[in-house]
Amino acid sequence: MIDLDGLRRHYGERVALEGITVRVEEGATLAVLGPNGAGKSTLLRVLAGLLRPHGGSATVMGASLPDERWRLHAHVGYLGHEPLLYRELSGRENLDYHARLHGLDGERVEELLAAVGMEGRADEPLRDLSRGMVQRLAVARAVLHDPPLLLLDEPRSHLDPGAGEALEPLIGRASGRTRVLASHDVDGALDEADLALGLRDGRQAFARRATPREARELYR
Amino acid sequence: MIRAARAILAKDLRLELRTKESVPAMTLFTLTVYVLFHFGLDRNSLDGSLAAGVLWVTLLLAAVVGVARLFAAEREQGGIEGLLLAPVDLTALFVAKAAALFLFLCAVELVALPAFALLLLGPDLLDPLPELLPVLLLANLGVAAVGALVAALATATRAPELIVTLLLLPLLVPVLIASAQATEPLVRSDPSADELGRWLGVLTLYDVVFVLLSVAVFDFLLED
Repeated sequence: MIDLDGLRRHYGERVALEGITVRVEEGATLAVLGPNGAGKSTLLRVLAGLLRPHGGSATVMGASLPDERWRLHAHVGYLGHEPLLYRELSGRENLDYHARLHGLDGERVEELLAAVGMEGRADEPLRDLSRGMVQRLAVARAVLHDPPLLLLDEPRSHLDPGAGEALEPLIGRASGRTRVLASHDVDGALDEADLALGLRDGRQAFARRATPREARELYR
Repeated sequence: MIRAARAILAKDLRLELRTKESVPAMTLFTLTVYVLFHFGLDRNSLDGSLAAGVLWVTLLLAAVVGVARLFAAEREQGGIEGLLLAPVDLTALFVAKAAALFLFLCAVELVALPAFALLLLGPDLLDPLPELLPVLLLANLGVAAVGALVAALATATRAPELIVTLLLLPLLVPVLIASAQATEPLVRSDPSADELGRWLGVLTLYDVVFVLLSVAVFDFLLED
């Protein structure tokens, strides 16, 4: 599903990722761990096709990046730091817009509004909603097209425990999707991961099943 | 591509109706400049090349205001990433943005032209309008194509408004020349439609060149 070999990405002179080598099988979950600025978000953006890799090789769902980036679009759900939704539009209007971009109908939108518990406030503009509610809508946006691969960057940030549980069938292990999960919740991420990728200053510290103690070493 | 372009255009029009960020600002700018010319020139009516120049320079400067805001929502709220993550040909984004700008310009002109006529053309105010209509439509199309291209280019920079101003106006010089030349005989004291066809041809050529150029390069402007 994902095969990275010596992946490199830089921003000008600054190296953001260097020598990342990891393989993720279909249906598995990869936890990406590391302190702020370690390269977690950059890695997810490269995997989503939003950033070009500058070296090594990256194959995601059979698509070689960056040349075959276009092949990914219908198959990847990306949930980053920004919700990628318009503040002046309502949740329903935002999801309808993304559904139309993906060639989907309104039925799927209603189904997801109910699944994320937002059907009661679906017609309010996002600027009037709390950050947690916007995050629920962002989750709905990410899974709208039922992608087999999810790239999740701190997906449970801003969510209360109840919402976190409610979203489990969409983005949790129970979803059955292949997932790459960047998180600072070391214990939680390791609990649901089959494999952990530790990053420090853009370089790979480990790529294996890791213990919480090993993972915490990254933050020292 | 058409499906995606329609979705993006509908979203842009809805956002404009909610925020009222572009069309009211462009319209107010245009009206203010015509009032300034009215008092600054201290004349009750203009005609010929001066009237055509005032009309078109003001409309093109108003277009800069619209172009500077054209990608604001995408830039500030992640709209471009949302599009890059969808199975959408980015040409759809160009078509939608150019169509939105075209409609914005038409909306501005609905108010600006009567105001221009009232403030600066004197009593025969709307006589030249039927001949002026194709000039307006072709000029709007050219401005919309170049505006969408420049707005996309500027959105990847740190100072998009500045880049829009610096790049757009030089690229619009041919539109200004052709539009003003086509308009000048229409707003003379003895109006005629001499050479209108020739300048409409120039505008059409400009539109075709920039629409094709924009479609060819638009994808590359938004990629990392």
